[in-house]
Amino acid sequence: MARPPRPAVRAALWLSLLAVPYGLPSPYHLHVLIMAGIFAILAQSLNLLLGYTGLLSLGHAAFFGIGAYASALLALRIGWPFAAGFVAAVVLAAGSGYLIGRLAIRLRGAYFVLVTLSFAGVVSLVAVNWMSLTNGPLGLPGIPPAELLGFAFVTKRAAYYLVLGVAAGAYLLCARLVRSRIGRALLALRENEALAASVGVDGTRYLALATVLSAGLAGAAGSLYAHYTRFVSPEVFLFSYTVTMVVMVVAGGKGTLVGPVVGAVIFTVLPEALRELASWQWQMLLYGVLLILTLFFLPRGIVPSLAAGRERR
Amino acid sequence: MSLVVRDLAVSFGGVAALAGVTFRVEPGTITSLIGPNGAGKTTAFDAITGYVRPLRGEIGYGDAVLTGLRPCDIAARGIVRTFQRTSVFARLTVLDNVLTGLHLRGTSTLAAILGGSRTVRVEEARLAREAEAILALVGLADRRGRRAAELAGGEQRLLELAIALAAGPRLLLLDEPAAGLTAAEKLAVTGLIRTIRDRGVTVLLVEHDMRLVMGVSQHVIVLNGGLVIAEGPPAAVQASPAVIRAYLGQGAR
Repeated sequence: MARPPRPAVRAALWLSLLAVPYGLPSPYHLHVLIMAGIFAILAQSLNLLLGYTGLLSLGHAAFFGIGAYASALLALRIGWPFAAGFVAAVVLAAGSGYLIGRLAIRLRGAYFVLVTLSFAGVVSLVAVNWMSLTNGPLGLPGIPPAELLGFAFVTKRAAYYLVLGVAAGAYLLCARLVRSRIGRALLALRENEALAASVGVDGTRYLALATVLSAGLAGAAGSLYAHYTRFVSPEVFLFSYTVTMVVMVVAGGKGTLVGPVVGAVIFTVLPEALRELASWQWQMLLYGVLLILTLFFLPRGIVPSLAAGRERR
Repeated sequence: MSLVVRDLAVSFGGVAALAGVTFRVEPGTITSLIGPNGAGKTTAFDAITGYVRPLRGEIGYGDAVLTGLRPCDIAARGIVRTFQRTSVFARLTVLDNVLTGLHLRGTSTLAAILGGSRTVRVEEARLAREAEAILALVGLADRRGRRAAELAGGEQRLLELAIALAAGPRLLLLDEPAAGLTAAEKLAVTGLIRTIRDRGVTVLLVEHDMRLVMGVSQHVIVLNGGLVIAEGPPAAVQASPAVIRAYLGQGAR
């Protein structure tokens, strides 16, 4: 396991994270970073399942979308404040995670993948077709910006700090979890379920718990997204969002705390950087080639490979 | 508390692995379950610890009925097993393997863990001390930072034992703990099994090394073809004609 960074390194990292909004040439760059922060929360969320329990959820965009719609609808239809909507988004997403967990974990493996995938499909269909509630494909415009204690996060800079705060909180919670007896139980289930059971680890219970926590985090990211972009449409359920999350976790380093965050930043910034570098015909091709090269040369992920390289020196 | 197995039958796709087996394991003893390959020893372990569902029969431990419980619930009642094929958490460190074995000794709740409560840190420190003590007992203290997969075969066997001990067994089922070990390692494992028994843990042993079995056991149960063909003290079992026939084949005498 990678050693935790020294206090000086950590302080420098925090200072640069806090100073970044003042050093960027345009609001567009800040927007990319905010999206990277939202994706960092999503990647942490998926990593709890994929990295620590080994369960692959291909419907993770559903939990994200449920959080986004819950927040948006509660704000628009009954005027709930951001904080209450945020909590409701987390609870609703976690609740749907519980249902999926109970349903799918009995089956495991490929069945878990299929159940999560179809769940996302169903939820997306509901968002498109339940016109009276969701406004269908037209989506929900005019979501108010996040507001806490009378301060509205209207500017990009404010939104950045809000997302940074939530992402740091998510990281802290994940760090506490994976270093605890519960985190060890999850790893044990990933490594050898029969052996885990022989020392009293209740697989059904802990895998359901991991699904609930993971879904809740994705719901939090959804709520932030809704209040930041101020618009939610059924596009939040797109399969490509889930694929992006999987790419971030796997390429960054699944089963590590830092990996998914690094993956989220790289794979949010990369498409935008390629947009500046190359004409659109070449963008996706380059993205694909870079992704394949990363996985080919750093199969365990960027962070674990770099950590191993540093130890070898 | 005694383990009582009554008329236990298990079959796989119509083939009877156990065809109605009855035996007891008395508390504080080392009892061995022996027999030729395919006799049903591991199947008996699997049934006692909830990994396979018996066709009929009853398994009781003290006043509790174990039949129908899940493996994790059986472990929670103090019945812990090891596996015939060495089973460790390969990508975790040796220390984390043992800490995982201590799962049931921890009580931290999700809320306390996510809230960063001080009691969680106190408990983690206590568990780490317990894990170190167990590693010292099995002789793997200097390997604590290695990944389990990097250990030699014999060391992995010891780690497996350490994980099982960490779970705090009252009855420990060991499935061929000496398989693949060198003579010196076998001696160490034999000593360890005795130490475990002396600490008040009942041991049920499946093992092919007859010298080890006859050396440590108070009671030996012989299975063949899914049935108990003999049981008693080691000397009596060794002299039993039925046992000799089972091991050496018909007409060996």
